[in-house]
Amino acid sequence: MSITPDTRGRSMLDGAILGRALLDAVIKLDPRSLIRNPVIFVVEVVSVLVTAIFIRDLLAGGAAGFSGQIAAWLWFTVLFANFAEAVAEGRGKAQAASLRKSRSETIAKRIDESGHVEAVPGTRLRAGDVVLVEMGDVIPSDGEVIEGIASVDESAITGESAPVIRESGGDRSAVTGGTRVLSDQIKVRITAAAGSTFLDRMIALVEGAKRQKTPNEIALSILLSGLTLIFVIATVTIQPFALYAGGSVSVVLLAALFITLIPTTIGGLLSAIGIAGMDRLIRFNVLATSGRAVEAAGDVDTLLLDKTGTITLGNRVASEFVAMPGVDLYDLAGAAQLASLRDETPEGRSIVVLAKEKYGIRAHEMGELNARFVPFTAQTRMSGVDHGEVSIRKGAVEAILKLVGTGPVPKEWTEAVERIARAGGTPLGVARNGKLLGVVYLKDVVKGGIRERFAELRAMGIRTVMITGDNPLTAAAIAAEAGVDDFLAEASPENKLALIRKEQGEGRLVAMCGDGTNDAPALAQADVGVAMNTGTQAAREAGNMVDLDSDPTKLIEIVGIGKQMLMTRGSLTTFSIANDVAKYFAIIPAMFAATYPQLGALNIMNLATPESAVLSAIIFNALIIVALIPLALRGVRYRAVGAASLLRRNLAIYGLGGVVLPFAGIKAIDLLVAALGLA
Amino acid sequence: MTQNGLFQIALFCAVVLLLVRPMGGYMARLFAGEKVFLSPVLAPVERVLYRAAGIDGKAEQHWLAYAASMLLFNLLGLLITYMVLRFQDVLPLNPQNLPAVPADLAFNTAISFTTNTNWQAYGGETTMSYFSQMVGLAVHNFTSAATGIALALAFIRAFSRASVASLGCFWVDLTRCLLYVLLPLSLVLALVLVWQGMPQNLDPYVTATTVEGAQQTIAQGPVASQVAIKMLGTNGGGFFNANAAHPYENPTPLSNLLQMVAIFVIGAGLTNTFGRMVKDERQGWAIMAAMGVIFLAGVFIAYGAEAGGNPLIQALGVEGGNMEGKEVRFGIVNSALFATITTAASCGAVNAMHSSFMPLGGLVPLLNMQLGEIVVGGVGAGLYGMLLFVVLAVFIAGQMVGRTPEYLGKKIESREVRLTFLALLVLPLAMLGFTALALLWPDALKSLANAGPHGFSEVLYAYTSGAANNGSAFAGLSANTPFYNVTIGIAMLIGRFLMIVPMLGVAGGLAAKKRLPPSAGSFPTHTPLFVGLLIGVVLIVGGLEFMPALALGPVVEHFALAAGQMF
Repeated sequence: MSITPDTRGRSMLDGAILGRALLDAVIKLDPRSLIRNPVIFVVEVVSVLVTAIFIRDLLAGGAAGFSGQIAAWLWFTVLFANFAEAVAEGRGKAQAASLRKSRSETIAKRIDESGHVEAVPGTRLRAGDVVLVEMGDVIPSDGEVIEGIASVDESAITGESAPVIRESGGDRSAVTGGTRVLSDQIKVRITAAAGSTFLDRMIALVEGAKRQKTPNEIALSILLSGLTLIFVIATVTIQPFALYAGGSVSVVLLAALFITLIPTTIGGLLSAIGIAGMDRLIRFNVLATSGRAVEAAGDVDTLLLDKTGTITLGNRVASEFVAMPGVDLYDLAGAAQLASLRDETPEGRSIVVLAKEKYGIRAHEMGELNARFVPFTAQTRMSGVDHGEVSIRKGAVEAILKLVGTGPVPKEWTEAVERIARAGGTPLGVARNGKLLGVVYLKDVVKGGIRERFAELRAMGIRTVMITGDNPLTAAAIAAEAGVDDFLAEASPENKLALIRKEQGEGRLVAMCGDGTNDAPALAQADVGVAMNTGTQAAREAGNMVDLDSDPTKLIEIVGIGKQMLMTRGSLTTFSIANDVAKYFAIIPAMFAATYPQLGALNIMNLATPESAVLSAIIFNALIIVALIPLALRGVRYRAVGAASLLRRNLAIYGLGGVVLPFAGIKAIDLLVAALGLA
Repeated sequence: MTQNGLFQIALFCAVVLLLVRPMGGYMARLFAGEKVFLSPVLAPVERVLYRAAGIDGKAEQHWLAYAASMLLFNLLGLLITYMVLRFQDVLPLNPQNLPAVPADLAFNTAISFTTNTNWQAYGGETTMSYFSQMVGLAVHNFTSAATGIALALAFIRAFSRASVASLGCFWVDLTRCLLYVLLPLSLVLALVLVWQGMPQNLDPYVTATTVEGAQQTIAQGPVASQVAIKMLGTNGGGFFNANAAHPYENPTPLSNLLQMVAIFVIGAGLTNTFGRMVKDERQGWAIMAAMGVIFLAGVFIAYGAEAGGNPLIQALGVEGGNMEGKEVRFGIVNSALFATITTAASCGAVNAMHSSFMPLGGLVPLLNMQLGEIVVGGVGAGLYGMLLFVVLAVFIAGQMVGRTPEYLGKKIESREVRLTFLALLVLPLAMLGFTALALLWPDALKSLANAGPHGFSEVLYAYTSGAANNGSAFAGLSANTPFYNVTIGIAMLIGRFLMIVPMLGVAGGLAAKKRLPPSAGSFPTHTPLFVGLLIGVVLIVGGLEFMPALALGPVVEHFALAAGQMF
């Protein structure tokens, strides 16, 4: 799976964001906010301590160069960690600022009980109020269209400039505050009070104002704190050991060893990774209500995908005419075309096209026929045309059979119907004047490349289940063609919910998307429920993500983003811990250079002097945070391969790499430090 | 290193590996409550015991109840032993009329045997009556070992069960372990050892006149029965002060091999029990493989260092490896192998003086213990110690496959990480903390036999051995002082119980979790890659924090020696 990066072109190295982040990095030094990040908080405490020693050295008139440099780099370590978080937040803040513009004061036209329209400020609207929105007006708050139809420009939230249709009833009734009506007028019942609208929540989300640590992030923080504690024990006990050996180790050295050992790299980047994960979703035009949902997306085991629009193109296409014995195929095609001329559904149009392309039958001129068209209704389940003596009907197979009466059904008819159904198609009967002419094969066209997507998902260990209202026979055929692992035929909100519960009962995490009000229970039950932005308000409330593009295929990308976030965390944690090996080899010989010069044999990097060794280690430790910011924000690349090969690859890069790289890095810095005469 | 030496190492490994499946299978069936071949004989005894104690053999315990039972049982054992030692002068079976054991030594010894450490600050034959040896100490050799195995079973159930709040019943696990595992095995091993020439009697010591005409007291007693459980239960407390180097306690090369195998057999078998109980033996083998790699690395470093010998002595024209402090009947390879085994497992029996090893040879036992004795380990303790590292390894690296971490279908979350760290923090705290305290404590350094890094190693080794519940001594440190008796006593207590309680907490939480079905997206934990990862985590998270201490002890000694300086 490939994750298309940044579609809205906000580069990470945006100058304004970086400038703001530099300032924020300093503001974040406030210990009250820093305490949320225990590892970096500890670094700050040690920085203060070493700075105090530096000042004491300075006042005593002694050599303060070394303690000064260590103190400076300790502060840099804190600042770099803050900077990482600030950059990650900066991207969201910039987006929030542009969103805020569309939330500017609106005047709403409220309709009171007697039907009078009065102008009130948008902020005074309450849930339940009904407002009139006319062409050119900004919709004042979130709501449900209760009357009318309008085209709405939702680019303020979706970034998509093409207008969308919003109408009362059905699944396209939700409107969002801050969007603009382009044509017609609608009456909207307000569902959200000012301050708690979708836009408000979106701003809060992208700003990270309400960001809470996810469960996995909390567990990771505990791990990092635990490691920090272990290294407190390891470094504090060194002093008595050294005293026994007849030497003593300066506090600055102990502080340096301690800071290089504790996992500052992942500690500094942890929150940036989380924010960047949310941000990546936002740039995919998906809003998650919590980081927890993003994390859950990475864990998803089962994807419930709606057939229509996700797996198939959505419209069925006529692909074959099957004539009954004694009926000319040309005749059948002509009759079917005639019956479909006024049928504006995609299926109807595809019949006209097929008859024209395959049999060269040109669409008849309607006027000269003087025909009367019979529209499709849910009761008759057929449509057709009457002109003169001729009456043509096309429609559901059972409806046509019922129409022609109780006579014997030709064997060929039954065969054709069954063959089409088995192949996943929909058979459509055609009759003329009570006589069966034949069957039209309406084919469900599976999207190109979707089979490969599912194979990828399978390799990732994710099961795909196709949800469809079709009968089991049809569903099975399409499921086989698309390569899904399972399907739910004749789906209803109830059995959809039951399926989710069953999967969850077996310990699986389920993701699904939906738009209708009747999807709401299933969306709420699913571990990851992605509501379509075109959907109803109920659906949007029930899910824990909203897809602004209303593209159900995106579920697959969402899973990828969740996985990417977890992988980035794991990789940088592994890297950070693996780094410790080299740091011991740099600092231990330096620390005891005076007491036990023999330990110089451990100086396998051949660092210039004890001071330069310690300084190089601490500089490396600080710079690696900055160097890894791009990776933390971009995320470790996710590939749709099995867990075993992912682990092998990442363990080689971040585990082994994490052991080896600091040896080279510290050595290079040492050469520089020695060349510049810093220590 | 000689071919003969390598062959002996290979022979030992082969015997242990051959025993893994039979032992594992036997224990898996036993603790699952199925019938085993001893059931016809022992099941009635088991039932009588439960009835006498008023225990429902089918009852299950929540982890807190399991922990409480375990703590209560051990506390009682501790108190009884303390009293037995304090009053041994008035108790029976004291043909040598040995006096009561002093309070600090009794405190230390009672803890030592309760915690499966068997640290001996005393000389057995000159301090303990037969009654103390048998009732006070030998009993603990059984019960402390059975406690460890029961705890391992509880931890295995954390993974073999799902959505259950209980971990089994401590009393049942304990009883089954004693009746079906430890007693029969000890009986067989003791008989074999008697055949190899080990004494087994309650006679007074014999006074002999040597060839030179001097008077020599030859100590004896119920040795074979003690030694069998001392090894099988990874206790390690010797009947004699010289432990397994004493000719009565380890008479022949065959008895030496059998004792080494006995140290590993239950611990190694438990990895297979684990695999069987989680219904995937490969998981057990992966853990065994990680243990095996660390073990062999230790063996070859120790053997290499000892076989390489002391350059200063070689400069004097003495050929060959380092034989100082070793028994000629075992030689270099069996001494190095024994030292690695006894510290890899938490046995602590010694057949050579570790203090006289080459610096790197002495580093191996130290590091083995500092890692928490997770290489096969103390019976039971090794497995749950290693599984704690597995939890950690899975948590750290598991996310790299893009899922929140899970092991055997159980999610590893905050609770597991927090409690695992609590358990793992105990060792560095006790080992490094008490070493630092001893170095600062006035007069504590008077117990040191050597100065410089070697003296440092003596102190470090004592607390490391205590906290890891190993019990082997580096020798050189006169540890029978109130300061060392009390501090090492505390180190042993917290090294055992402060680790066990959070460990049981992890187990209780995991058992209650749902088991997620495995998929191509979940982290495979039976592959060589995982074994490598686990070893890496053990060394980096469990071992690196000891690097400063090791650098100041054996490592600096090694480099100094190469430069011609000894301490």
